[in-house]
Amino acid sequence: MNVTTWILQVLEILAAVAAAPLFLGWVNQCRAWLQNRNAPSVLQPYRNIRKLFHKEAVIASNASQLFRLAPYIVFGTMVTAAAVIPSLGTRLPFTRAADAIALVGLLATARVFLSLAAMDVGTAFGTLGARREMMVGFLAEPALLMVIFVASMISATTALPDISERLATQALGLYPSLAFTAVAFTMVLLAENARIPVDNPSTHLELTMIHEALLLEYSARHLALMEWASALKLFNYACIGFALFVPWGAAMQQTPLALLAAIPALALKLLIAGAGLAFIETVSAKLRVFRAPEFLATAFLFAVLGLLVHLLLGA
Amino acid sequence: MTDVLPSPLSLCLAVLLAWLTIGVVGISRPNNLRLTRQLFAIGAACGAALAVIAALSLTTPTEQYVLALGLPDLPFHVRRDALSSVFLFLLGAASAGISTFAAGYFREGQGTPPGLLCLEYHAFLASMGFVVLADDAYMFMVAWEAMALSSYFLVTTQHRIPEIRSAGFIYLLIAHLGAIAILLSFGLLQGGSWQFTFDAMREARLDPIPASFAFLLALIGFGAKAGLVPLHVWLPEAHPAAPSPVSALMSGVMLKTALYGITRVAFDLLAEPIWWWGLVALGIGLFTAVFGVIFAAVQSDMKRLLAYSSIENVGILFTGFGLAIIFKGVGMPALAAIAFAAMLYHATNHAFMKSLLFLGTGAVLHATGERNLGRLGGLIHRMPWVAWLTLVGALAIASLPPLNGFVSEWLLLQSLLFSYEVPRPFVHMLLPLGAALLALAAALAAYVMVKFYGVIFLGQPRESTLHRAHDAGWLERIGLIWLALGCVMFGLFPTFVLGCLSNVGEQLGFSGLELETGSWWLLVPLADREASYAPLIFLGTATLLVILTIYGVRRFYHQRVRLGPAWGCGFGEFSARMQDTAEGFGQPIRHLFKPFFDMKRDLPTPFDTEPRYRVVVGDRLWQLLYVPLGRLVQLAANSVAWLQQGRIASYLLYSFVTLIALLALML
Repeated sequence: MNVTTWILQVLEILAAVAAAPLFLGWVNQCRAWLQNRNAPSVLQPYRNIRKLFHKEAVIASNASQLFRLAPYIVFGTMVTAAAVIPSLGTRLPFTRAADAIALVGLLATARVFLSLAAMDVGTAFGTLGARREMMVGFLAEPALLMVIFVASMISATTALPDISERLATQALGLYPSLAFTAVAFTMVLLAENARIPVDNPSTHLELTMIHEALLLEYSARHLALMEWASALKLFNYACIGFALFVPWGAAMQQTPLALLAAIPALALKLLIAGAGLAFIETVSAKLRVFRAPEFLATAFLFAVLGLLVHLLLGA
Repeated sequence: MTDVLPSPLSLCLAVLLAWLTIGVVGISRPNNLRLTRQLFAIGAACGAALAVIAALSLTTPTEQYVLALGLPDLPFHVRRDALSSVFLFLLGAASAGISTFAAGYFREGQGTPPGLLCLEYHAFLASMGFVVLADDAYMFMVAWEAMALSSYFLVTTQHRIPEIRSAGFIYLLIAHLGAIAILLSFGLLQGGSWQFTFDAMREARLDPIPASFAFLLALIGFGAKAGLVPLHVWLPEAHPAAPSPVSALMSGVMLKTALYGITRVAFDLLAEPIWWWGLVALGIGLFTAVFGVIFAAVQSDMKRLLAYSSIENVGILFTGFGLAIIFKGVGMPALAAIAFAAMLYHATNHAFMKSLLFLGTGAVLHATGERNLGRLGGLIHRMPWVAWLTLVGALAIASLPPLNGFVSEWLLLQSLLFSYEVPRPFVHMLLPLGAALLALAAALAAYVMVKFYGVIFLGQPRESTLHRAHDAGWLERIGLIWLALGCVMFGLFPTFVLGCLSNVGEQLGFSGLELETGSWWLLVPLADREASYAPLIFLGTATLLVILTIYGVRRFYHQRVRLGPAWGCGFGEFSARMQDTAEGFGQPIRHLFKPFFDMKRDLPTPFDTEPRYRVVVGDRLWQLLYVPLGRLVQLAANSVAWLQQGRIASYLLYSFVTLIALLALML
């Protein structure tokens, strides 16, 4: 490993961190179009984050150090996850540091810190959000792992870059098992990123909210980091989905040119995925909190179906 | 080893004897608290010594002694091989931390005088060591019973409280049910030679059917000690009853002796395990794991919660155990070696993290006098040392990277993931679903730990007395730091640990682990699968990123902070009663897993002047299994009772009839 690959790796991480709010902005814009509203600019998330950074932080007087540290930990973990996921290139050095299972563990770490921080001040909404977030988490995690298992059974490895490469280089054929797991993965993505139908990202102070309840006590720079981290989380999940289901276009060499060539492919995939996400959110209605387990159980069943299809048909 | 140094086995025996001596010195001055504390500190040093000896002896060859002790013609045999060394290490390392904590923990007025406690405690430690070193069934059972009895007395330290006495009784009862099963299993294992040394049992080469019975009896016997469902009922009773260092020792170390026992029987004494045994162990293990963690999530007593979490971890251990048998039985050596190493790894990890958590609850209990989660909260402000160190244990047990719990979980998932290659129809489809159950258990463990940690240490104090809580003393802190350090180190350097464990597997007929050598920071357990995990890089990068972010935010923006009261949702006053209770946090679980629970709810009506809400969650198995069983025993006892007429003539008749019968049998 030489210096160039590491520089490329750092650049890739920076690109992911920088592009994440843009992806969120694109999803919001598509959603506004679909709902016949005046769309905010795609740059709106950046403006929000910038505004928040300039504000004075107000912290509850009984908050502990954990509360103040949590935004940095959550953000740092999400950036680490972005480094592990092969979004632009599959041969970058950092993608070796963790396989798909470890990646799920990393995302769980962020979730636990987020929930602990929400419990720190001891408000009604914080603890409520924490318990709901953990509930969605423990239901989504087995489903996500099943999805990863099916993909790793097909490619006989759990390393995300290798899965991605093997699926991309195999003859273009239909994998019915992957079709099932793709549905399951989409459902997990919706639940984990607090989108409709599990949670609504655009409302506050509803009794059914999850993600916003967790962040209720945060303000200014801490809130900015949390918002940025959740944009990054959405971006990361999208990239995991690409690595598993649409691996074409990612660079398989360590050269700067190959990575540069991978950018348009990734951008195109993100454009389509964002529009699709907005479409799903527009046509579906928010579920009651206790319907969320059913939603995720369905996701799990789809993943199991994918598994059985793979084992029975070998496809 | 050079000739100058005594052999590791004799050093281990010396440490165990030292523990016994400490106990005897303690009992000579039963009421001298200062002496007892010093003795506990010496005991901790012995534990650390044992850990070092055991760790160094992992690669040395097996040794055997015949001790000049025991009955005539039935001497004690001791043997130390790599498997014993792993468990001796676990015992030594965990007890070093626990004893240091205990040196600062035990105080006057615990019911049992401190000197007696010191004897019981160190006898308990030594007997666990002897269980691991025993090389014949006779010595094993003596040590096993000594362990059960000494821990029974430790559980009933506060024997003046009736609940604690009944908890101790349940513990003793199930311990003895298990002991009977183990004894019967040894009876089958000797295979007609009537030699009860383990060497003879290795030679016995049982046929599949007696071997299967021996295995199943051992599974019941050791499962009772480990807390496999449905023999888990003693755990949630005994752990809250015992003083915290004792709970830590029982949960962290004693449960592992059961794992040691079943491993010894299945892989050493029986040598060639049959693959479907593994399926049984795996099934029970997975069910136990999910069952334990679901119950942990609805508890409102912090030590009961941890006890159920121990049940979960025992389930995970037996899952690994079952997997190792399956893979070994169907001839997949590489995966068998991984599953076996993962099991031992998880056993060591659990010893550190569960001891740490139990000691944390001990410190909280001392500081507040409260075990009920509903009366705690906000302790991170009053006891920062305990809070931050317990956080390490909580994150580790929730199996989050880069701590130790994650590594063993990861290895287990890796081996389980490739179980679809098992050449048995249907089984290869069911096994990957086991991975989903394991993942569910791990994710639920995170839920449980957020509840545990969040309700105790975060939020607002739920009682006004909590403002007077004090942090742990320095000895207690050292104990906690030692265990937390174990959690971190075993998480960060998995390649070293697996390198040592690989040798253990090889001694028991597993193939060695194909670790990629040369890159000590990168864990690649299966070279051809290319799955890798580098915890050090993980932690390094995440820490670097966190520091960079903090620095960046400070550099480019201001750092102004204003402190203010939290918003009380428009109710004016912001009170501690607004936050979630422990019961509230368990509500989604009660809702989702309703069929598991035996629930009693008292709901307020609209007309109550003092509305009260109460929910009691019980274990259905009590009603389904134990109550009918108890009735059956009662019935049997009643029907036997007519023999007891109370007339001396009939008792003489019984003796006479027995004598005649025996004579008839002999002639």
